[in-house]
Amino acid sequence: MNYETVIGLEVHAELKTKTKIYCGCINEFGGEPNTHTCPICSGMPGTLPVLNKRVVDFAIKAGLAMNCSITQYSKQDRKNYFYPDLPKAYQISQFDLPLCQNGYVDIVVDGETKRIGITRIHIEEDAGKLVHDDYANCSIADYNRCGVPLIEIVSEPDLRSPEEARIFLETLKTILEYTEVSDCKMQEGSLRCDVNLSLRPEGQKEFGTRCEMKNINSFRAAVRSMEFEQKRQTEVLSNGGVIYQETRRWDDVKGESIVMRTKEDAQDYRYFPEPDLLPMIISDEWIEEIRSTIPELPEERKSRYIAEYGLPEYDAFLLTSSKKTADYFDETVNLGAAPKTVSNWMMGDIAKIINDKELEAGDIPFAPQQLKALIDLIEKGTISNSAAKKVLAEMFAQPEDPEKIVERLGLSQVSDEGALMAMVQEVLAQNPQSIVDYKAGKDRALGFLMGQVMRISKGKANPQVINQMLKDALDKA
Amino acid sequence: MHTLTAHEIRDRIKNKELSSVEITKAYLDRIASVEDKVESYVTVLSEEAIQSAEAVDKKIASGEQVGALAGVPIALKDNLCTKGVLTTCSSKMLYNFCPPYDSTVAKKLKDADTVLLGKVNMDEFAMGSSTETSYFKKTKNPYDLTKVPGGSSGGSAACVAADEATFTLGSDTGGSIRQPASLCGCVGMKPTYGTVSRFGLVAFASSLDQIGPLAKDVQDCALVYDQIVGYDPMDSTSVNREYSSFEQALTGDVKGLKIGMPAEYMGEGISAPVQKAVLAALESFKAMGADYEEMHLPLNEYALPAYYMISSAEASSNLARFDGVKYGYRAEKFEDLADLYAQTRSEGFGAEVKRRIMIGTYALSSGYYDAYYKKAQQVRTMIMQDFDKAFQKYDVLVTPTTPTTAFGFGEKTDDPLQMYMADICTVSVNIGGLPAVVLPCGYDENGLPIGLQIIGKPFGEAAILNAAYALEKTITKIKPAL
Repeated sequence: MNYETVIGLEVHAELKTKTKIYCGCINEFGGEPNTHTCPICSGMPGTLPVLNKRVVDFAIKAGLAMNCSITQYSKQDRKNYFYPDLPKAYQISQFDLPLCQNGYVDIVVDGETKRIGITRIHIEEDAGKLVHDDYANCSIADYNRCGVPLIEIVSEPDLRSPEEARIFLETLKTILEYTEVSDCKMQEGSLRCDVNLSLRPEGQKEFGTRCEMKNINSFRAAVRSMEFEQKRQTEVLSNGGVIYQETRRWDDVKGESIVMRTKEDAQDYRYFPEPDLLPMIISDEWIEEIRSTIPELPEERKSRYIAEYGLPEYDAFLLTSSKKTADYFDETVNLGAAPKTVSNWMMGDIAKIINDKELEAGDIPFAPQQLKALIDLIEKGTISNSAAKKVLAEMFAQPEDPEKIVERLGLSQVSDEGALMAMVQEVLAQNPQSIVDYKAGKDRALGFLMGQVMRISKGKANPQVINQMLKDALDKA
Repeated sequence: MHTLTAHEIRDRIKNKELSSVEITKAYLDRIASVEDKVESYVTVLSEEAIQSAEAVDKKIASGEQVGALAGVPIALKDNLCTKGVLTTCSSKMLYNFCPPYDSTVAKKLKDADTVLLGKVNMDEFAMGSSTETSYFKKTKNPYDLTKVPGGSSGGSAACVAADEATFTLGSDTGGSIRQPASLCGCVGMKPTYGTVSRFGLVAFASSLDQIGPLAKDVQDCALVYDQIVGYDPMDSTSVNREYSSFEQALTGDVKGLKIGMPAEYMGEGISAPVQKAVLAALESFKAMGADYEEMHLPLNEYALPAYYMISSAEASSNLARFDGVKYGYRAEKFEDLADLYAQTRSEGFGAEVKRRIMIGTYALSSGYYDAYYKKAQQVRTMIMQDFDKAFQKYDVLVTPTTPTTAFGFGEKTDDPLQMYMADICTVSVNIGGLPAVVLPCGYDENGLPIGLQIIGKPFGEAAILNAAYALEKTITKIKPAL
């Protein structure tokens, strides 16, 4: 029997507010353990939370960008459970009245647009981190991350393959970057996801029993965990077995998931309304104020690149899939560079270096002004295309103006006709036979002479200029 | 000297008739002579108190601006966080806990230049009505050392009654200021929910807890409230509004005051001496030009069960952080993480606290939430509506504070329900978020104080304090013989 895969995702994104969600501590990744903490976020007795309004702003912004309706009477709830990284032994989250509900995100799969439902987006606080020290046989709690604001985005079970899920995640990440609510740095854990996956016989309407996968730290791990689970469930079902609802822990090193807990020992979080915080009343004006701050989103931007700059759809898609990349592109174009030329550089050599260096998309260490200067140098004929590639590599190594790099490495082409004429004369004088050959119609002679001039000029002669000068000189000879 | 009230001390220090060091030493001497009998303190700060008294005197001598209660010696309930000073909640769980910060009320009283004599005993985590659940000691009622001082702010009440401090602060979740004030013959007030910041009060039930004063007379109660009232951006449930001086608003004029006497509070279970004293007080009000009549609060009988559901549910969550990981007590022997939690909490909490955590955990569990917690919240809304209706007709409501005068040690400890009934007259005020003041209105045949409760509208502290001020003038107070 053939099975259809059904996937729903729960994505946690850290919001990049200046301070934490319920206290004035700085919201910043890293730092010595327990230095970004205070009595409030470390759960001291008697302390009380005060909601950071910016967190609500950011969550609403994300919700609007994902076409959600905003819950105008919303509240926060306590989720109770014991763990040493949770100093209050409850997490302040949202249960039945999340800030945003019933939205959607459009994704492009094989050129087709598909609409994925967003069930809800709610705000909550992050927990701390436990550092396990096997050597000292103990665990140490670092509360720096306690109280870092999060939004949890829950999708409808609308995804039908790990590939669709990957595209959805990429799209979500792009939207969060564009709206500037999250840094989305996977390696710093500012974007994390849990996967719910089930199978059903093709054609069946009812969903099968789902399993949840936790501890997924990258998009790649997400795809691998889904592929593993797809295969596991297919094997169980094909052999007449039954899928049990359970939570599984993904082990990215081993490439497999193992059962964490079954439905029977599912935790009862005893949610109840947080009595230390008042309900959130969101006015129409507040929503409209936030709506006005939403920038051009990736889809709109892509259309603009196609319409205004005449870029091919593929180029426009790649450029806009990272806000940083697109912003960089726009800035360079606004300085007067030709859009297609900028696009070629960004998607070609620049993208390749970023890939090789394993940087984040758009993490270009030099300013758009410098890229524009590099392009100008080529267009003015100061450097050749191949020299420009060398200059670019240098620009990634250390921030220096391309003009200076050209000078330092002696890469500028000689276009000065006086200097070149001397070289042309010298070469012609040394190779009389080539002149004869050329006159006899052997085109290869011109190529040979070109090579000789280039050799004398140590590769700096501007080939177009020499080509013309040689032709002129030969015709006169 | 230790019998002076806070306003008398304030005025004498201001007029340089008395120094802060003198009065502080007088109180420390008093503590030294009666504390063996009363045992109201968990921590006495003898040296620190003298030091801060000297600092206040120096300020006054040099003509510096001083706070409103400069030099007045006070004590705080041991669930109010004090920076660098043990704050135990009278629990083994926090036997060694020194907060790194001051509660807002502690800071305000520090800024008012009061002198902190120490921290006073209470029922463990404020759960109880006799202070018998304290891990450390049994505080005695200064009027009869064989009787309980009430609870949970029993240390706060006994301390004031025994003249071991000019005034104290307590916290009141279901009657924890008013019931001990009543049993110890003090004036105590539970303010309107949201008027005094809860920041730094170790939470029992967040939606019901409120900090308030226990004092020697009504004027002191008002002046302390003047110091601690006010909006605090650190407490989201704190109300942002302006307050004028409650002390200065005391006129003693109750002409035309409309008093309601809820029949539900005067029936079965309320002892004869208490009923008699309350009725006598109502007659005194009448003689001063006020009116009273019997009325009804029909939903009152549901207040106690709703209270125990809501307060226990919130407590089960609020007390979860005491797990042996970060501060306080940690079990010495444990197998793994789950066992660390289990052993620490089994050994660190007393029986009453564990009982409330069990009740609360059950009430919030999936499948029971709707029947217990949610139902209790609905009852809460209806009780509030009951009060709203009553206050359309009456300015204040007058009731007994406790069914009986102070009871003996161990009398109710074996029967939790009997103990919970001690709060029958006080819990609905917390459910309604209302202010209520308690003052002595008479004494029973054994000389034990009887407390009268005056309940006000939300933010109606001025009215209830003024009514109490008027009645106080008609009462001859008896000091405990220690």
